[in-house]
Amino acid sequence: MSKFFNEMFQSDAVRPPYARLEDWVATMPTELRSLKQAEAEELFRRIGITFAVYGEGGDPDRLIPFDMFPRVFSALEWHRLERGIKQRARALNAFLADVYGRAEIIKAGRIPGHLVWRNDAFEKAVVGITPPKGVYSHIVGIDLVRTGPDDFFVLEDNCRTPSGVSYMLENREIMMRMFPELFHRNRIEPVENYPALLRRTLASVAPAKCDREPCVVILTPGHFNSAYYEHSFLADLMGVELVEGQDLFVEGEFVWMRTTEGPRRVDVIYRRVDDAYLDPLCFRPDSMLGVPGLMDIYRAGGVSICSAPGAGVADDKAVYTYVPDMVRFYLGEEPILKNVPTWQCARPDELKYVQENLGELVVKEVHGSGGYGMLVGPMATKEQIAAFRAKITADPDNYIAQPTLALSTVPTFVDQGVAPRHVDLRPYCLVGERIELVPGGLTRVALTEGSLVVNSSQGGGVKDTWVLAE
Amino acid sequence: MRLTVQHESIYRYDKPVRGVVQSHRLTPARFDGQQVETWEVRVSGGQQGGEFRDGAGDWVQGWTIPGPISKITVTVSGTIQTSDLAGVLRGHRELVAPAVYLRDTLPTVPDIALSDLAASASGADGLALAHALAAAVGEAIAYRPGVTHAHTTAAEALALGEGVCQDHAHALIACARLRGMPARYVSGYLHSDSDGQGHEAAHAWAEVHVEGLGWVGFDPANRCCPDERYIRLGSGLDARDAAPIRGIARGNGAEHLDVMVAVVAQQQ
Amino acid sequence: MLSRTADNLYWLARYMERAETAARFLEVGGRIALLPNVGQGNRNEWDALLLAAGTADAFKRRYGDAVQRNLESHLFFDHDNPFSVANCITRARENGRIVRTALTTQVWDALNTSFQELRALERLPRSELTLTRLTDWTMRATALVRGAIDATQLRNDGYDFLNIGYHLERADNTARLLDVKYYVLLPRIDLVGSGLDNYQWTTLLRALSVHRAFHWAYGGEVTAAKIAHFLTLNRQCPRALISCIEGANHHLDRLARGYGRSTPAQGAVRSLLAELAETNTELIFDEGLHEFLTRFIRDVSTLGMRIGDSYLSGDQR
Repeated sequence: MSKFFNEMFQSDAVRPPYARLEDWVATMPTELRSLKQAEAEELFRRIGITFAVYGEGGDPDRLIPFDMFPRVFSALEWHRLERGIKQRARALNAFLADVYGRAEIIKAGRIPGHLVWRNDAFEKAVVGITPPKGVYSHIVGIDLVRTGPDDFFVLEDNCRTPSGVSYMLENREIMMRMFPELFHRNRIEPVENYPALLRRTLASVAPAKCDREPCVVILTPGHFNSAYYEHSFLADLMGVELVEGQDLFVEGEFVWMRTTEGPRRVDVIYRRVDDAYLDPLCFRPDSMLGVPGLMDIYRAGGVSICSAPGAGVADDKAVYTYVPDMVRFYLGEEPILKNVPTWQCARPDELKYVQENLGELVVKEVHGSGGYGMLVGPMATKEQIAAFRAKITADPDNYIAQPTLALSTVPTFVDQGVAPRHVDLRPYCLVGERIELVPGGLTRVALTEGSLVVNSSQGGGVKDTWVLAE
Repeated sequence: MRLTVQHESIYRYDKPVRGVVQSHRLTPARFDGQQVETWEVRVSGGQQGGEFRDGAGDWVQGWTIPGPISKITVTVSGTIQTSDLAGVLRGHRELVAPAVYLRDTLPTVPDIALSDLAASASGADGLALAHALAAAVGEAIAYRPGVTHAHTTAAEALALGEGVCQDHAHALIACARLRGMPARYVSGYLHSDSDGQGHEAAHAWAEVHVEGLGWVGFDPANRCCPDERYIRLGSGLDARDAAPIRGIARGNGAEHLDVMVAVVAQQQ
Repeated sequence: MLSRTADNLYWLARYMERAETAARFLEVGGRIALLPNVGQGNRNEWDALLLAAGTADAFKRRYGDAVQRNLESHLFFDHDNPFSVANCITRARENGRIVRTALTTQVWDALNTSFQELRALERLPRSELTLTRLTDWTMRATALVRGAIDATQLRNDGYDFLNIGYHLERADNTARLLDVKYYVLLPRIDLVGSGLDNYQWTTLLRALSVHRAFHWAYGGEVTAAKIAHFLTLNRQCPRALISCIEGANHHLDRLARGYGRSTPAQGAVRSLLAELAETNTELIFDEGLHEFLTRFIRDVSTLGMRIGDSYLSGDQR
């Protein structure tokens, strides 16, 4: 018996959310399966063709392997997750409002000041500026893993501009086209209103000076950016302009967009550009991607920027440890979602523990992402562990360690049929005038047997994520 | 002291540019040591954008100047009452935590010489140490215009042993941070008496955060703390961050800048 | 619409039309090369083509002699030549990619397929590629994109910018092709109307895919005056200067109506159209065809700048 929680089978019984999938797999002939898999890939190309860059040297970043076996949550399971995610999103925003204001949580000694003040993501320029509705992080992507029926852990928070939501939408689209009967048999909550909700969320944080239907745009670094596909996908589904820095300029108290009908005022900028590149006048002077003068307009309340510059200070891996404290401090509630226990290598006693137990731990860089610069102890060779030990000793502040979690598995199509593979989950929580969460998210799956790394750069794939209606 | 300021910056472009955006910190914020009586900033052909007090307590104004344009004049004129607080920035409203100013930026990254200089100073308490650091910087870098430029770092200026107020300020900031004291760059004006040493009226110095006392100004170039001759405009992590005028022109005309500043004491 | 989006659509169209013209130049050159030497020989005619394409200097620097293979390299494959088919198709596709969501799937598909096929052609050994294959492929690829635009694009401002690009480029290119013929292929007045000259005129019509249309329209002897009329002032001819300017005028008009305001671009296109409408071949020959064409090319370029200032740069208020 595996030590991993299988989301479909428990002691050979099928868990209720997956009840109607047992038949589906059992009765699917092998030929049909490979036919469908080919069809899925063709559909991806066709939909992807709409946006993706294919045939450009290697192959599209778009074609991350898609697994047809869905990942399913019951209404009850989701209800609890939803409460936990929304709670966390509120706490993270309260934290940001606080550290860019009076910093009560630091004064109260609940989080060490240096983690905030000396953090590279902390932007001095926005201290004392309150964005509309007090929201800093408008799209909070919370990475979750599951280890048991009721055990969910937050791996990390993404408060800046979490990506991947286009996969959530496309995966569903593909599944509905290929297996309409599944959607008749199961009552699955829709996710397709996400772009509309995102647009509404962004419009709800238009600046007070905006006295009409807000003009929302998406700011992209440009068509050479690896996520350009997602930017143009979202802009298209939301019905808003996809702009580059050169399309915007400031004049007087506002930001304007260059159009064929003359300048048009822009009220809300959903930026997919890093803080450092937003405004060469305020941040990196060599940035060609940004809009000179943008920050002055923003700080004077002439435009909204989503997420707010400086929002990254809340999703730092060192600050992560304190999110449960934030929930208690700002909301006076007990956190619904648990953190993974985390050792800070910056603390000598914890560093010692980490060094002695590298074989059992997952070690990550504080500012790293994408599964790079990471050590998975139980999967690593002696040499890899030794090399990592040297790296940690050289720069302990740069590393944190966590226990290797027993990630849950979901049945996944493999060459030999169907087999369990490890998964995680990233839901996208929208924070504006209201807090909204579409029932679903991005399930990433480690396609290699036994692998716990779900990142697409390291052999990960994606699945459609279902939430069943009550 | 009652000081009047007349400050004119003329930007000329050899080819007309398509437009200019500027961000100003040209209006002194109020604190116990300075109270503005009248103050006005004008920009030829400019349109005033947003204005606000930032987290560091400085008054920021955005301006846009639509093109095509080949000459822009920024004029500051005003009268202000100042008093000597021995450099202590009392009564200044700000929200940024001092610890934020422990961060180094390019011009203040320390090298071995700066570390040695910082280690050479000693004081019984924070204030004494800050004074000692300022004195050490004043000793180590002689005032001499023309040898350094806008992008000279503290380490480079120290190696040269010469520089201007900007270099002194950067060096003191680097040293103070090395000793664990938050420090920042301040830009402003300085009134020189008739027997003054000929420093330019546009001036810069440093502030060091002293536990229990708050921010205290030090002017290593003049080996003193800011008094009633000083007018404080704005602060930042380094000279660029604290610049009174930051601007970007759209277009490829080369820029030429002429600055005239006069700070005159009024009869009281 | 974003000015940058309009700019990308406009240039997508211009590059596609330019690719087609480059192929036509190749075809004219190839046919002329089949003629016996006239005057200084057919090398001279190739020079004229390169002159018209505006790439004569670049060609000389890079290749020296105007031999057929070099010309194919230059006009088809050379990515450093802004006028080459390869460069135009690549640039058109790049412009399209940036504004992917402003195009229909069919248009993008046609555009992207052209690009992929081009890359496949570039990988083939040159011995397998005849001049005809290269020019036929280009005509088909450009026609596919053009057809997809006409059949599937929404009739919005984006459609207008695409068409303005097509019409302006075509006006410029027809004038240049015509100028080659007149400017260089008539070195001596006594050759006008001779059999050889007829053959050259016919080649030009053929290259513009209008030689049969010409005969339908005029019948009888081919004369310089008839050809000049057909290619400048005959509204039936899709490549005639007047047809191109009428097209540009139509789409600029639509923009002015749609946006509820006129710009200097509308003024510029209207005065250009008025001039064409009022002139005739006699007046043109009085002025000198070459002089007339040079002036026209300059006017079209000015019109392009007005369109740029008014719509594409985003600088206008």
